[in-house]
Amino acid sequence: MSVARQNNFNTYAAHGALILYTLIALFPVFVIVINSFKTRKAIFREPLALPNSDSFSLIGYETVLKQGDFFLYFQNSMIVTVGSLFFILLFGAMAAFALAEYRFRGNLIMGLYLALGIMIPIRIGTVAILEMMVQTGLVNTLWALILVYTAQGLPLAVFILSEFMRQVSDDLKNAGRIDGLSEYRIFFRLVLPLVRPAMATVAVFNMIPIWNDLWFPLILAPAEEVKTLTLGSQVFIGQFVTDWNAVLSALSLAILPVMALYVVFSRQLIRGITSGAVK
Amino acid sequence: MTALTLTHIHKSFGEVEVLKDINLTVEDGEFVVFVGPSGCGKSTLLRVIAGLEDATSGTVNIGGDVVNNVPPARRGIAMVFQSYALYPHLSVRGNMALGLKQEKQPKSVIDERVEKAVQMLDLSAYVDRRPSDLSGGQRQRVAIGRAIVRDPKLFLFDEPLSNLDAALRMNTRIEIAELHRTLSASMIYVTHDQTEAMTLADKIVVLRDGQVEQVGSPMELYNNPANQFVAGFLGSPSMNFLKKAPLAMPPNGALGIRPEHLRLVPNGRIRGTVTHVERLGGDTNLLVSTDQQEAVTVRLFGQDSTGVGEAVELDFDDHIAFAFDDKMQRAAV
Repeated sequence: MSVARQNNFNTYAAHGALILYTLIALFPVFVIVINSFKTRKAIFREPLALPNSDSFSLIGYETVLKQGDFFLYFQNSMIVTVGSLFFILLFGAMAAFALAEYRFRGNLIMGLYLALGIMIPIRIGTVAILEMMVQTGLVNTLWALILVYTAQGLPLAVFILSEFMRQVSDDLKNAGRIDGLSEYRIFFRLVLPLVRPAMATVAVFNMIPIWNDLWFPLILAPAEEVKTLTLGSQVFIGQFVTDWNAVLSALSLAILPVMALYVVFSRQLIRGITSGAVK
Repeated sequence: MTALTLTHIHKSFGEVEVLKDINLTVEDGEFVVFVGPSGCGKSTLLRVIAGLEDATSGTVNIGGDVVNNVPPARRGIAMVFQSYALYPHLSVRGNMALGLKQEKQPKSVIDERVEKAVQMLDLSAYVDRRPSDLSGGQRQRVAIGRAIVRDPKLFLFDEPLSNLDAALRMNTRIEIAELHRTLSASMIYVTHDQTEAMTLADKIVVLRDGQVEQVGSPMELYNNPANQFVAGFLGSPSMNFLKKAPLAMPPNGALGIRPEHLRLVPNGRIRGTVTHVERLGGDTNLLVSTDQQEAVTVRLFGQDSTGVGEAVELDFDDHIAFAFDDKMQRAAV
């Protein structure tokens, strides 16, 4: 950028600040990952040292893979996260389209009602949710988690997506109507591709809290066969003894899938931004 | 046969009445232009005709059928939008073919009609490109092509040239006029640009505040405006209105004189001082402040050496001046 080059100091300062922030943000992750490859003694003796030939050990990973069914936990977490994101995006986008596109009585009230959920944390309703899940027989199923996370994510999704949908050209939608496209095709083929960056943003916002959540898995789905990864890792944290090797290894492994998901979405994010910029 | 008949069309958004009792017919093969300042309801009227908005009351009749409850796709219309509104995920060919595919036309018919439109609009080099790879003018041609392939009873244009630059606008304007001649189709064209209205229209409909002010051929409207609004709206530079005219006038009325009808003559009835000069080469516009403190524009053909600050005397022929009464309606001079 020619403008930026004129002021080298500002460029360096900005990069310096960004690099510093990156280091600070990555440091805990870094510590977790290096210590997951060390023996228990080495973790406590020199927590910041890199693993060397003496201290290197895969004991943590062995424990994780032997004890409990970690692949199942992975799978559960993945199903819950992807499933919830799918429903949040689908229903959120549909509601947002209706709010942004159609004039009907109570449109504004409905929008406000849907946005209310942003301000009220869903955990307040935990007891009621649990009762409801018990009555519907959904306790200890992945559906219980998917439903709760979908409800949790929808308000923000509707809020963000309806703002973006309002910006989609009316002419384009009307052109579709004149060409005889159904409202569903207008929504899926014309509008959704144009709000893809917003969808990716919503997905990224929702993904991390769902993946990392301990609260609802612990309450709604604590059974062995539906445990999520975060809940599964808790077996290594005891009241008196904690198997740090195993905890750190489990956490290191837990980063991988969510990172893969993030890469998928962020690529959409960038593609969306650039395609929007040149149009 | 009439291509379109509107009877007693009203449209309100909540409390706001946007269209008030619109009655209009468009004959087969006629090119009708809706013109008016922004917010006059011309686009809304077009959308009511297209079926994108429902009329609050009144009937829309296209080609002999009342279409109030018919969805846009089955009204036999095609529309060209200001922002082109091309489908970003489809090629030029795909954009043109989509409407026909939705009508479940056989592939041979689709190919034939798309090919014809592509030839007509000179788009053959671009058929497989996406809209994002096209220039503004090409995009608008694709949008026009998308309308042509549907072979509609009625073409609707919603300010199609507003997004184009001046040179391209003129070319496309001529193309649209040629298109109208070749297809001899009925067309409705919405614009706020009076040049487009004057050059394209068989019939101009001047709208203001949701009401039809006057309907007529361009020259009828120019030579015989029904009221002060129409007189001031058509013509560039716009008509001068003098409150203190050198003629017998209705009380509180105004005398309208077109800038091109004012002449610089010695001992003219209007005296004033030149405050500004616009030299366009082909003609020269003088802005004159009269001795009665009224501003008038004088359009002189060719080049003129009159400078700012000079005292001038102007005159006009009484028979081409218009008198308007205090309600802005035409009155006898």
